[in-house]
Formats: sequence, C-alpha cells, structure tokens
Amino acid sequence: MLLIRCPVCEMDRPELEFRYGGEAHIARPLDPSKVSDEEWADFLYFRTNPKGLHVERWRHTAGCGRFFNAVRHTVTDRFVTTYKSGEPRPDLEALARKLESAR
Amino acid sequence: MNAPFRTEAGGRVDRARPLSFTFDGKSYPGFEGDTLASALLANGVHLVGRSFKYHRPRGLLSAGAEEPNALVGVGRGGRYTPNLRATQVELFDGLVAESQNRWPSLGFDVGEVNDLAPAGLLSAGFYYKTFMAPAGAWKSVFEPIIRKTAGLGVAPQEPDPDHYTHRHAFCDVLVVGAGAAGLAAALAAAGAGARVILADEQAELGGGLLSERGATIDGVEASAWAERTVAALRANPNVTLLTRAQCFGYYAQNFLGIVERLTDHASSPHPDLPRERMWKVRAKQVVLATGAIERPFCFPDNDRPGVMLASAARTYVNRYGVRPGSRALVFTADESGYAAALDLASAGLAVVCIAELRAQADGPGARAARAAGLAVHPSTVVTGVSGRLRVTGATLGAIGPDGRVTPGQTVACDLVLMAGGWTPAVHLFSQSRGKLRFDEERQVYLPGVSAQDERSAGACNGTFGIAASLAEGFAAGADAATKAGFAATAPATPDVKGEIVPAGGFHGAVPHHRDPQKVKAFVDFQNDVTAKDIKLAVREGMRSIEHVKRYTTNGMATDQGKTSNMQGLAIASDALGKPMPQVGLTTFRPPYTPVTFGAFAGHSRGLAFDPIRRTPTHDWAAAQGAVFEDVGMWKRAWFFPRRGEDMHAAVERECRQVRASVGIFDGSTLGKIEVVGPDAAEFMNRLYTNPWSKLEPGRCRYGLMLNEAGFVMDDGVIGRLAADRFHVTTTTGGAPRVLAHMEDYLQTEFTDLKVWLTSTTEQWAVIAVQGPNARKVLEPLVEGIDISAAAMPHMSLREGRICGVPTRLFRVSFTGELGFEVNVPADYGQAVWEAVWAEGQKHDMVAYGTESMHVLRAEKGYIIVGQETDGTVTPNDLGLDWAIGKAKPDFVGKRSLTRPDLVKADRKQLVGLLTEDPAVLLEEGAQVAAVATPVRGTPALGHVTSAYRSPAAGRSIAMALVAGGRARKGQTLYVPMANGAIAVTVTDPIFFDPKGERLDV
Amino acid sequence: MKFSALTILRQALAGNLGWPEQWRSPEPKPAYDAVIVGGGGHGLATAYYMAKEHGMRNIAVVERGWLGGGNTGRNTTIIRSNYLWEESEGLYEHALKLWEGLSQELNYNVMYSARGVMMLAHNVHDVQVFKRHVHANRLQGIDNEWLTPEQAKAFCPILNIEKGIRYPIVGAALQRRGGTARHDAVAWGYARGASALGVDIIQNCEVTGIDRDASGAVSGLRTTKGDIRTRRIGVVAAGHTSVVMAMAGVRMPLESYPLQALVSEPVKPIMPCVVMSNTIHAYMSQSDKGELVIGAGTDAYTSYSQTGGLHIASHTLDAICELFPVVRRMRMLRNWGGIVDVTPDRSPIIGNTPVPGLFVNCGWGTGGFKATPGSGHVFAHTVARGEPHPINAAFTLDRFRTGRLIDEAAAAAVAH
Repeated sequence: MLLIRCPVCEMDRPELEFRYGGEAHIARPLDPSKVSDEEWADFLYFRTNPKGLHVERWRHTAGCGRFFNAVRHTVTDRFVTTYKSGEPRPDLEALARKLESAR
Repeated sequence: MNAPFRTEAGGRVDRARPLSFTFDGKSYPGFEGDTLASALLANGVHLVGRSFKYHRPRGLLSAGAEEPNALVGVGRGGRYTPNLRATQVELFDGLVAESQNRWPSLGFDVGEVNDLAPAGLLSAGFYYKTFMAPAGAWKSVFEPIIRKTAGLGVAPQEPDPDHYTHRHAFCDVLVVGAGAAGLAAALAAAGAGARVILADEQAELGGGLLSERGATIDGVEASAWAERTVAALRANPNVTLLTRAQCFGYYAQNFLGIVERLTDHASSPHPDLPRERMWKVRAKQVVLATGAIERPFCFPDNDRPGVMLASAARTYVNRYGVRPGSRALVFTADESGYAAALDLASAGLAVVCIAELRAQADGPGARAARAAGLAVHPSTVVTGVSGRLRVTGATLGAIGPDGRVTPGQTVACDLVLMAGGWTPAVHLFSQSRGKLRFDEERQVYLPGVSAQDERSAGACNGTFGIAASLAEGFAAGADAATKAGFAATAPATPDVKGEIVPAGGFHGAVPHHRDPQKVKAFVDFQNDVTAKDIKLAVREGMRSIEHVKRYTTNGMATDQGKTSNMQGLAIASDALGKPMPQVGLTTFRPPYTPVTFGAFAGHSRGLAFDPIRRTPTHDWAAAQGAVFEDVGMWKRAWFFPRRGEDMHAAVERECRQVRASVGIFDGSTLGKIEVVGPDAAEFMNRLYTNPWSKLEPGRCRYGLMLNEAGFVMDDGVIGRLAADRFHVTTTTGGAPRVLAHMEDYLQTEFTDLKVWLTSTTEQWAVIAVQGPNARKVLEPLVEGIDISAAAMPHMSLREGRICGVPTRLFRVSFTGELGFEVNVPADYGQAVWEAVWAEGQKHDMVAYGTESMHVLRAEKGYIIVGQETDGTVTPNDLGLDWAIGKAKPDFVGKRSLTRPDLVKADRKQLVGLLTEDPAVLLEEGAQVAAVATPVRGTPALGHVTSAYRSPAAGRSIAMALVAGGRARKGQTLYVPMANGAIAVTVTDPIFFDPKGERLDV
Repeated sequence: MKFSALTILRQALAGNLGWPEQWRSPEPKPAYDAVIVGGGGHGLATAYYMAKEHGMRNIAVVERGWLGGGNTGRNTTIIRSNYLWEESEGLYEHALKLWEGLSQELNYNVMYSARGVMMLAHNVHDVQVFKRHVHANRLQGIDNEWLTPEQAKAFCPILNIEKGIRYPIVGAALQRRGGTARHDAVAWGYARGASALGVDIIQNCEVTGIDRDASGAVSGLRTTKGDIRTRRIGVVAAGHTSVVMAMAGVRMPLESYPLQALVSEPVKPIMPCVVMSNTIHAYMSQSDKGELVIGAGTDAYTSYSQTGGLHIASHTLDAICELFPVVRRMRMLRNWGGIVDVTPDRSPIIGNTPVPGLFVNCGWGTGGFKATPGSGHVFAHTVARGEPHPINAAFTLDRFRTGRLIDEAAAAAVAH
C-alpha cells in the first residue's frame, strides 16, 4: 500500500484512493487525422516502461478527483515528486543526480 | 499426576494452574504458561513428528518459531488446524493435538521404509530423472503416489467457524520484538513522548530475557527486569503492547503487517472474539529487534529426537521448568553453549561433557564451565548418535591439526545440545528492501544500507549479549523518536552482571571420519535435505544458491529455512570453492512465519465479500417473487415468475404483455452522468461519435462512445436539458469506466473546455414504462407535462413533476414500443414506482426483468454493449455508421477507425440469424461456419452474440457477428454443435416492426 | 547421461559421485551465430529448438541472473490452451501438444500433469463468454466443456457451490488436458538439452548494450562478461524487454507490472485440479509437494520491484476463502512477486522488429508459462529463418499499427 502525495489536496493518502493512469506527458496529437498510422500507434500503445524514474499519471479518484503527475522509481516504488497536471515535466536527469547525492 | 521431567520449582509456568491435554490420544498434565512442546518434554515425550521424505522420527529441535520438526495438528472439526509448531502452541486445558505424516502410528511409521532405501536413491532432484516412462504414467501412476506421500498435515475438512478482523494503526515508532533490545527501544521512544507500538510473537514480552538464568540487570534477574519494564510500558498511555503478535511483512513506505492471535490459547474463548486480528501499521519509524536464531550442527544423525538446540534446552529448563533429558552432551562452537550447560547442570541434569568444536576453549563460557566442574573437550566434534526414536548415546571425534577427525569415545546420553552460533534474524530488514552486508568475522549477513525509515538493534543487528543489546536498543529507540520529531536521548544502560555473551559460531558440515555414503547429516530437517544433497546439486551444475535451494528444496519447508539457509549456503560455498557472499543469498519473502488465510480475508466474507448495490425497488421486486441476477455489484430483477413458471414461461408472458399493453421495468442501474458547462456540447462532440451541437434542449439522442482504439466502449441515450446541460446515460457496468474516461480527456487533453462532470447514478431512480398503453398509465400521474404524441415525440425529454415529485421524463424505448423512462430522485423511487404500478393495474401492467428486456430489445435488433460487442467491434461492424457525426473533425476513436485492419471488408459484422427450424434456439457463444462440418483449424466466420425465443416473432431469433456478414444476407450458414450443425439463414438483425411504426404513436 | 530409474540406482550405489553437470557453464566466446537474451523457460526452449531443429549449434543464451529466475520460477504453472481467438488457440495448443511429450523429449521429468483447468462462471455474462470459448475451442479441436455447478463440484469437491453466497457459481468451463507442470524443471530440462546440443548457457551475464552496424542491423552485444559479436539476437527478457530493446533504440508497446503469487503450507491432497475465477480474481491448484498454489491479480501500477502490495494478496485470499471455505484456516507460507510484461491486447509479440537481425518474444503478461515449449519452438524458427513460423505469424509488432489486435482481454468485457 503505497502512500501518495496528492499535489492538489497536499496530503499523503493511501494508494487505494488513487487510480494509476499510465505514462505521463503523452500528448494526444492536436489533429489526429494528420498523423500516420505509425505515429498514431506510437501515441496509442508504445511506452517508455523504464526501469528507474518513471513519469506517470495518477488520479485521486476517491479524493479531489484530479489527475496529476508523479515521478516514481519503478524499482523501489519510491515517489520522488508529484505535481499538478499542466506543470512541466521535471528534468529526470537532475532528479536522478539529486537522489544520488542524497544517499 | 506430576510430569516426570518437571523441575521442582522455577520457570514462568503457573504451577497453581494444572492443565490436561492429549497428544495422539494420550492424556498428559501440564501447566498454564506451557507450550505444547514444553509440556510434552515435561512428560518425557521427545518423539513428536515424522520428516517429509524419509519419515525419520523427529523430536523438538527448538523452542520457538524456527521449529522444523514438531508440526502437529491441533483441535477438532472445523477448528482443526494442521502444521502448527508445538513450540508455539500455547497449552490450555483440554487441548487436543496429534502428530502428522505417519501411518499407522508415530512410533511405527511404514513410510520410514524410505529411510532404508539404498543410500542416495532418493537424493536431491531424483524425481526429475525418472517416472517418465511410459508417457502418461506420471499423471496416472507416479504422481498420485507422490502426492499422497507428500504434504504434511491433513487440511481442515469443514468450513472454519471462526472469524477474523483487521485493524489499521498509526504510530511514531513501531518496535518489533520485545527482547532486551526491543524493550529498551520502546522505553527510550516512549520516554520521549512518541506513540509506540511494541509487538512480539510470544505470549509474554521479554524474549531471551525470559530464558536467562544467572544474569542480573540492575541487581535483579533478567526476567524480573523484563517484567518491571513491561509494567512501566503498560502504564504509559502512549504505548500499545501487542503480544502473540507476529510481524510477518515489511512493505513499502513503512507499512507493516502484524497478525495477533487472540483465541487459540484459550480453552473456551468468548464466541464473539475473532480468532486473529491483522494489524496494518503505518509507522513513522521502525526499530527491528527480532533477535537471532541459533544454528544446529550438521553431523550424522543430527536429527534424532533428543538432539536439540542449546538455546532451546535453556528455554525449556529456565522458562518452562522442564528438564529436556537426564544426561546431556553439549556440542558447541559458541560461548552460548556453555551458558546452556551451566543452566542444565544447575537444574540437576548430568552434563556428560562439553564438546567444543573450536581449538581454543578458554573463553568466558569455557572458564565458567570448568569452574563449575564441567568437562570441556576442545577440538572435539560429535560424529554420530545412537538411538532411533530417542538419543541413547553419542560418538565423539577429535579434530587433528590437519583437520582430520579421529574417532573418540562413545558416551551415553539422552540429550545432545547443539550451539553452532547465531544467525541474526534479518528477514524483516531484507523485506524492507534494505541491503544486507556480509560480516566476515562472524560469517553472517547483517543489516547494511537501509531503504526505509528503520534501524535494527540487538542480536538481529549482530549485537549480542544483554548489556550491548540494551545499549543499542536504547540508542535505536531514541534515534527513532528523534527522527519522528521528538526530543530524545538514550537512557544510561543498566548494570548487567553475570551474562555469558554469545561469541563464536561455525558454518557448514561438521567434519567426521565416517563413510559419507552411509550417513545422513541433515541441513533442512523438515524437507530431509542433507549435506550430501547440497553437494550433489553443486556437482550437477547448480551454481546459484537459488538453484541449490530449488533443486534440493533446502529452506523451502514451513520454517522457510530459519535453521537451514545459512548452513546450506556454507556447504554450497564450500563445494563451489567460493566465499559465501559470492554464492549469494536467497530472497527473504514474507511472511516471517505462516499466516492464516482467514486473517488476510478478515470480514470480507459471505455477503460482505463485496458490497451489494440494490435499486430503490429491490424490496418491492423481492416481494413480488423476482429472481435476481448479479450484474457487477448490482442485484437486478431478472424475471418475475408466477407460481409454476420457469424462466422461459415467465419471460414469454412478460414480453407478450409489454407488447400487448404495458410493462414496468427498473432501469435505475443505468449509469448517469450530468455534463454541464458552456462547452458541454463541444465536449460531447469529442467524446461521442454523434454530433451534439444541433440537438435541441428537450430532445434526446442515442450516443455511441468509442475508446481511442476505435472500438465501441459504451452507449446510451443522452438528453439535452439546456444549452449547457446534458443528462448522459451509460450501460450499467460501464458507468465508472465512462466517467473516468470522460474525466481523463477533460482534465488532461481537452483542458480548454469549461465542463463539469457529476455522477448521478445513485441520485435517480429510473422507472421504464413501456408498451402501447404506457402513455395512458402515466398521463394521470404527471403534473405540468404534456405527454401527448404531438407535444412529446419519441426521443424527447421533459422536466416536471410526477406524483408530486420532480421528474426528468424521457420518451425513449428499448423495447420498440411506445415508452417512457421516468427519472425521479432515488429516495422517491419506490413510492413513485408503486404509484405507477397501481395505475398500471388498470391496463394489466406487467413487471418485467432484465431477461425480458433483453428479448424485447433483441427483437428490435438493439445491441447491448458487452454482448454484441467485446472490445474488438467498431460502429461500422454493428451497422451504426449512422451514429457517427461525419462532419466532425475529430472525436475520441475517430483516427483509429481508418487504420488498415479497421476498414477491411471481411470484418465481422452484426447480422441476424434464423434457424431453419423456428423451434431450434441457438446457443449464445456458438460459432458460425460456412459449412456444416468445418475442417479442424478452419477459422470460424463468427459467433452468436444473442439468442432468444421471441414471442413477437413467434420463433427463435439470434444476432451474430459474422465475417462480411452484411454481404451474406440470404446465405445459409452453419452453427456446429456437439450433436451436429444447425443450418441458419443470414438476415437483418431486426425481427419485429422493422419500420418502427409502434414507436411513433 | 540418460536419466532413468536405472541410472539413479547405479549412481546411488556409486555414492552419487558420478552425476555430470546438467549443463555446462562456459565463458562466452567472442562470437556466435545467434544469441538469445534471457535464460528463462522461453529463452532456453528457443535455444534448444534452434539447435535441435534448425541445426544452429554455435549459439548462446545469456542470462542476467540465474536460469529460470524470472517469471519461469515465479509463476503458478498453469497450462491450458482454451483461448478465444484462432491465433491464440493455435499458439497455445501447439504448446500444449509439446507439453504432452516434453518429459520424454527432454529426458527430464517436468511433471506435466493434465489435472484439468476449470474456469468458474459467476453470472450470465460469464456464461456467455465461457460458452463462446467452449464452442470456439471445439471448432479447433481443443477440448473444453461446459459443466453445471454440480458437475464442477464433483470435479473439485472443496468448491463452494451454495446459491446464497455473494457471487454464486453458475457453471464452469473445463479443459481436461489443462493442468500444471514443475516450473524449475522446465528451465533446467531445456538448459540440459540445449547444452548437450552445444548451446553455451551463460549466467550472471547482463546485456549492457546492443551494437548495430552502418546498415542498422545488429552486429553484436555488450555484456558484463565482455562483448559478443553476432548477427542475430533474440530478446526473450519478459519484464525487462523494454529495457533491453531500448538498447537497440526500439520502443515497445509494453508495460511491466508486478504480479503476486503465494503458497500455503503443504497438506495432503485436497485439490485435484486447477480452478480459476476471473470474475473474483483468484486461482488455485495444489502442487505435488502439497502446497496450495494461489495466484493474485497484478498491482495497479507499473513496477520492476518484484514485490507488491499487501492488499493485493489479501484480496486474492478473500476470494479463495469464498470459493473454498475449508481452506480458511490454512496458512500462507510464502508470497512473492514477478514482473510481467503486458501488451495492449494481452497477447504476446513474437517476431521480427524494425531492426534487422533483432527478434523479440515478449508480452506474455500473466500467462506465459503455459506457452513455454510452443513459444520457444516458433521463436526458434523465427530467429533461425529470419521470418515467423505460421503459428506466430499474427503475433507481430506491426499489429499495433494496423489494428489487427488479438484481444484476449476484450473478450471478457463487462456486460450490460
């Protein structure tokens, strides 16, 4: 049972209140009719699936109901940060360096 | 009757409370405070079980959770529990226990023939190399025999009458283990004001302190200090003490699972008490004080009853007042062995001698033993024991300077104690994902780098001895409290006198002079893994410790290798010629000790397994004799049988009556979503295939929703209440999914739109009134709404009142008849329903359930998402292209519809199927083929999605998805069944009133 | 050395000192004709069939940890072929047929036991779905039959078929040829067989990079045991597929999820078959050793942690206790997690990739063990010939572009 910080509620809440929403910052093409089948498949299905820091979407379904984004380490499941939807994607390399130096 | 091996005085049993229990049908006395193990020993019973493979007679190895041998079945009937460790079963009056895995009796077990098989025949992995011929013999001959002989106890035969509960808890500091280090940590943390939970698996807090004799803390016996400390903790309101509470798992973010046993120790517990309580603790900080486990020695016949861990013997004699024998031989490689020898001698046992494996025998233990007149022989090993059901003697050997062993004297004894050193219990630390480090000096794994907010103290951290453990415990408790935000300092360590601190230890197989082929020296007692097995595994190329473990099953018994893993590792490392850390370590997995399934399930059982969702008319329907079906969490009225009717008859009557006059149906389970905002229409345009901008307020439209892959995910009638407000309905099962899907796009893709979404599923009761007389039924009841055909056409929506209650009245039909759906606030649902029902009686109204609803809609060719669709179906496949707004630049799923496979001509399309014989009903799910007897491997053309007896059509009807189906109309196809194919004709999927004339009335 | 009862006796009399290594553990050579990345059941089976049926003896299997240490050694060993779509039926039935003779083929007892796999229906929708499977399977010559609750209980006597429970059992689909096997033995048997045919099996050898030549084709790989030149690489890395493929610059339609399983303490036989309930998310069988083997659902989020949440295992045991009330007092002995690689349509990807010389076999999700022999067999063909076997021809990476999905999950869509 992970504890997740909702950046909207500004509270740590148990995983059961949330729903995982897959990789974040995969924008739907503004005009889907203009993209090729390959590009469309990439949007629909292809994911980074990294072993390490993962930028992902969560929704606080049993709380404020808002989607937000998180950076989580997929080996330790530790959340590095969470931030509101619409905020820019954090610099993962900088975050990784910060984590390393905090050790 | 007094038990013959009970000491005259001492121990922590309550001699004023004698108890009686039975083991294998024989009655014995014991005392309150005994475990089953201590009470059996007090009665001189050492033979308590049989091993897994060789059925060797086995006695008590230990006095605690690490016990591999003494597994017993306890209790009767539904409360019978197999595989309990006698060392952990607390005695109560009337306890009934029996031995396991033996036939016909524990003393004479036919299975022991396995032990007499030629040495090595049943060695590690033998079963991978045989039982292969003839093919099929494994399943029919060998496996059944193996299964019957495998397994330990017998599973319960009746449902468990007990119940279990859960509790969530939060604390500043969780301390696991209440020995010296744990008590100290709890004291320090609680003293700083932290909220502390202290959990220990035993009935009494104190851990190893309760087994001490001789050592004093601040001038009192160690056990008395423990008692005093526990009393102080108990008096502190910030401290929660949990006894009989095993912390079994350490999960992410300092979330720990503890299972507390509440009734198993009581002879007649209150029936309302749960048997076990699972604590789920979120701790800010954790102190692990889980102690260490003593290692046995691996020497020939080290498994005979009467061969025991030295620490266990100490516990039995000091804590339980039981002499585990009369003449003891102590075999040690650790100072702690001497402490045991001294304690046994004080209790009146003859200590034959102390065989010290190490060359030097001049440590504090040896000195104290010699001072007490005990014989100490350095460089001496035990090379075997005599006796089968009980040790009768032991052979010693001397280790020469070259490491070779020369045979020595044979001594008579009925107890052989093993003190092979201590393995820190790092299980929970490892589960917390902390990194272990190998301690070269002690040759053990210790906590290294933490991954969570925890620290270890005492023996589990490689810190042995009372004084050192107390000091480390205090420091750990203070550190934990400080990190949890309290100002804390470690109290001064009390004055500890007279303790013999464990030091030393040995790993691997004990050297001996005997023919290795003729002896068995056990590493994993329960699974009968010997040193030879481990060497064989290495010889056969198993180089990873995981392979050695899996090939030999070492460490995979119910004790999960507590006494065998390190031993196995040492022997494997020796065989591989690689140091232990390079061989690796098997993973520590939860649980630390086995946990009852029921404790996980807790109250989630029976009807509480999952919540039940009932509609406002549930009770009414039940009173009418409705049969219900499960649809997701909902209970829906399925059909309303009258006396003597089966489902078929009831459904036929219901359907006929709807078309003849009028029926009433509860549609409350439909999902409802209120879509509101200035951009509501644009939002709908993007989420549904249909166009919404031009839909007038007061009108409805059938909406089709796709996922982004272009496949139908939901549908429903959607009404526009105002320019900025839509009343969306979804399928029953799809409601949460649709709302989540909408929110996803609204919040993360279409963030430019000003729209708010609200689930109103539970707010509206939906009463469907369908049939030619529907208007007549409703007319007298509605207020302020003109529901005449002219004023309220098909697919329209009005707001007003019915029976004095606000309503959103839809004129819609899922039956093909004139129909209305009356939405009223759910609290008024049953009242309005009953009013409609009463009015309906004038027109012979019938109540119909979901089955008739299905038939009526199928007659009209209306699809059900999830039945006609399966996540692979496009609007075109269903013939629903008309529902797509062609002019819209985009909607969710639109782009996918042009992918190559989604525009192919031979896609499966929805058609009707009519059997040649109208009385023959197709089976839903049956396959459709081009020929009556298709060649095996020929792909099916499709499958039957719906099939019913249609009262309106007067025959069976079916819908199917068939490859290129629309072009096949008029063709004869076949539905192959087990007893022959059924010929069918492909038709339009509409079987009644194709022009829809009955709707528009 | 041929394994048999006679060999066991002969060796036992000689002190068991004469057993050879079951597989060699050589250091990697500088170059191979092909390298399989991943020493699980699928990878080892691939190498075995490449050597045996395609004559490729100068090949290697490289494994990051120990053979069978991934999902091969972590799964609940269920074998069945009663899938819905023809493509899946072909693949899994191919595997099932190989299972039926695998112990003899490998001269290694993999303990395939056709104990029957029974899938429980709890509502009308389940009935429709499972009957559709039964009919589809029969058309393809795959056994699958429909049982009433009473027949289901006769097949598995500890099943609770009372009507009054929360989700009563209304029927079941039974594949009698389905069953279980001994997972470790599958890895070891294939390793032994492959090694005997000359395949180099290299453990503790992690791939750190994939080299491509000027044309873009693979030219070798870098490992913790040195560089290896090769023109063909078959990636069979399960949960780590995305990580390995990224080394060649290939993105995959995969997400890796934790999947938990657990066993009880061993007891005498009570469970004669495998029972699965998709509706309430639990499945159970009993191992030859006597442990009840129980599978849970995946955790909700992607992870490589090889653990999972307590609530997931708890929920599974809720369901198990409902289906089999007599096991409520049984105890969980061991609980562990694996990493399963899941595709959008829940069917595997077996075939070529955009990179010449690079082949991939992945996406088995929660059910790959059952396919092991068939997967290895068709992937061996794919890597050896450079093109798919007819049985895996539909399982392309390209299907996610064309939309020609093989959606086994969709067929279980919730009704109404």
